[in-house]
Amino acid sequence: MELVLSIAIGIMTSCGVWLILRPRTYQVIIGLSLLSYAVNLFIFGVGGVKANVPPILGNDDPSILADPVPQALVLTAIVIGFATTALFLVVLLASRGLTGSDHVDGRNEPK
Amino acid sequence: MNGWSHHLLVAPILIPLIASALLLFIDERRRVAKAMVSLASAILLVVIAFILFRIESGPNGFEGVYLVGNWSAPFGIVLVLDGLSAMMLLLTALLAVSALVFSLARWHAVGAHFHSMFQLLLMGVNGAFLTGDLFNLFVFFEVMLAASYGLLLHGSGPLRVKAGMHYIAVNLVAALLFLIGVSLIYGTAGTLNMADLAARIPEIEPDRRMLMEAGAGILGVVFLIKAGMWPLCFWLPTAYSAASAPVAGIFAIMSKLGIYVILRLTMLLFGEGPSAGFGAPVLLYGGMATLIFGIVGVLASQALGRLAGFSVLVSSGTLLMVLGINDGAVSSGALLYLVSSTLTISAFFMLIELVERGQDAGANVLAVTMEAYGEADDEPENEEEGVTMPGTMAVLGICFAACGILLSGLPPLSGFVAKFAMLSAMMGTGSIGVPPTAAIWALVVLVILSGIAALISMTRVGIRTFWSSIEGTVPRVLVIEIVPVMFLLALTLALTVRAGPAMQYMDTTIRTLSKPSIYIDAVNNALPIKGVKAGTEGE
Repeated sequence: MELVLSIAIGIMTSCGVWLILRPRTYQVIIGLSLLSYAVNLFIFGVGGVKANVPPILGNDDPSILADPVPQALVLTAIVIGFATTALFLVVLLASRGLTGSDHVDGRNEPK
Repeated sequence: MNGWSHHLLVAPILIPLIASALLLFIDERRRVAKAMVSLASAILLVVIAFILFRIESGPNGFEGVYLVGNWSAPFGIVLVLDGLSAMMLLLTALLAVSALVFSLARWHAVGAHFHSMFQLLLMGVNGAFLTGDLFNLFVFFEVMLAASYGLLLHGSGPLRVKAGMHYIAVNLVAALLFLIGVSLIYGTAGTLNMADLAARIPEIEPDRRMLMEAGAGILGVVFLIKAGMWPLCFWLPTAYSAASAPVAGIFAIMSKLGIYVILRLTMLLFGEGPSAGFGAPVLLYGGMATLIFGIVGVLASQALGRLAGFSVLVSSGTLLMVLGINDGAVSSGALLYLVSSTLTISAFFMLIELVERGQDAGANVLAVTMEAYGEADDEPENEEEGVTMPGTMAVLGICFAACGILLSGLPPLSGFVAKFAMLSAMMGTGSIGVPPTAAIWALVVLVILSGIAALISMTRVGIRTFWSSIEGTVPRVLVIEIVPVMFLLALTLALTVRAGPAMQYMDTTIRTLSKPSIYIDAVNNALPIKGVKAGTEGE
């Protein structure tokens, strides 16, 4: 399970990094989204990968519980990431409207 | 601190939050009402920051720990006030009032929700200065950044949208790195509370220590992006010079926020113990590279806005370098330099807009802005409001000269005092007490060179603007626009006159910072208020 998780994080990160280095704004925003998924999974990973165990409830043995802190972190990170991505989308559209191009520098591709 | 004054600690976060929420309910057309609420909040912040500052500089020193939600330290959220954060809060509040007053002349009317975003920015900055917890640092950082995205785009226009898009993309990536760094630290140390983390670092076994240091390094990259260390700084001059003048004025504190966090975390986490000195060479050589890049940029800049943007880099580079040496006496000089240069750069950004108003380039940008926002018909009406400044060119010229003197570090203003304090400490009269090494010599030379570069550039631009201006049109400057600039410059003058007590304060601050145990004990010994049930925390 750890292996699957790390491969998933790795693939998403590499795709994300490649995409944010591309010249089109749409590619950049998809890249940023992929990177944020990868980071969210990564945060889950650092709490130790456990399946089908509850976060702290009652007085159970702590070793069989999932760590609740990374879950709280992920939740906050998702909310913030969602808001900033939405904002970036608006700026992207504004840039497209003002320059008539979807290049990140607002210039038209030389033909 | 006890009784009601204890709760003052959370006020710098709550006041702007409440103000920004209130502002949303006031219609966009009622500009005077909006401006009054916003200004009242900023003035209240100055008062509170001043009270907190007085408490911190008092004989009792360090005792400002606030347990939000009344949970004891490693479990709940803590706010920590010490000399450094009290000073930064006061600096932020003073800059905020100046930038707000400046914006009332015309800038607050060129787009929607200026005041709400401005207050949210203040909330984020104040929260980041006060928090004692890495994850809350992330949250406050994001609050600040989200507000800054909006503020940078304030006034719109193709130039701002382009700069804003780059700025947002860079900062979104930085936010992701922040999360990776924080989660690596949590994964290895098992805590995110800064005091608890500092106490646990010596106990981390070597194989995990490497991972922890990697996390700290990734976290450091985020703050270095914010502070503008070369090669992470290419976005900065463009973004800052594209921002409208009052926004650029308050952005001056944001690059110092990066420096603040680096100073706080290196002193707290890597001050002593097995990880001592982690990252110091990066700061030293990175700072040098930044300073060189800044010097070249200052010399090469044609437009005033870019000159100011590169001055931010010069200031960051100097500070990073000095933090890299990690010597008490030099660092306290650097703190004085931090305050002085922030005031200067903020005043300079606002002054530039006034000076450029008389020139064609500046007027064009403004015209395009107004057109893009569709507010062109409001403009003539605005022009007639308020009192115009008599003897405009003379006053602008004097302010410009004062900025030049401050940036290049010439006597008699505080830029000189601060640089002198740093240089004399580096040259061996400080606590080093040994002959300076080659790296120190390089540093001294670079700091002096940066002063010369600023002097050359400012003289060149000054002559072109004030003495040999071809157009010869005198800009219309309102009193409420020049007063904030003069206020900030007067503060640097006050800093010069009261340099003795100021240096003493910086010395005490650095001494407290260099003993992490003071911070750790203060946080761990903070007791929840008895008789009050701890609140439930939730998302």
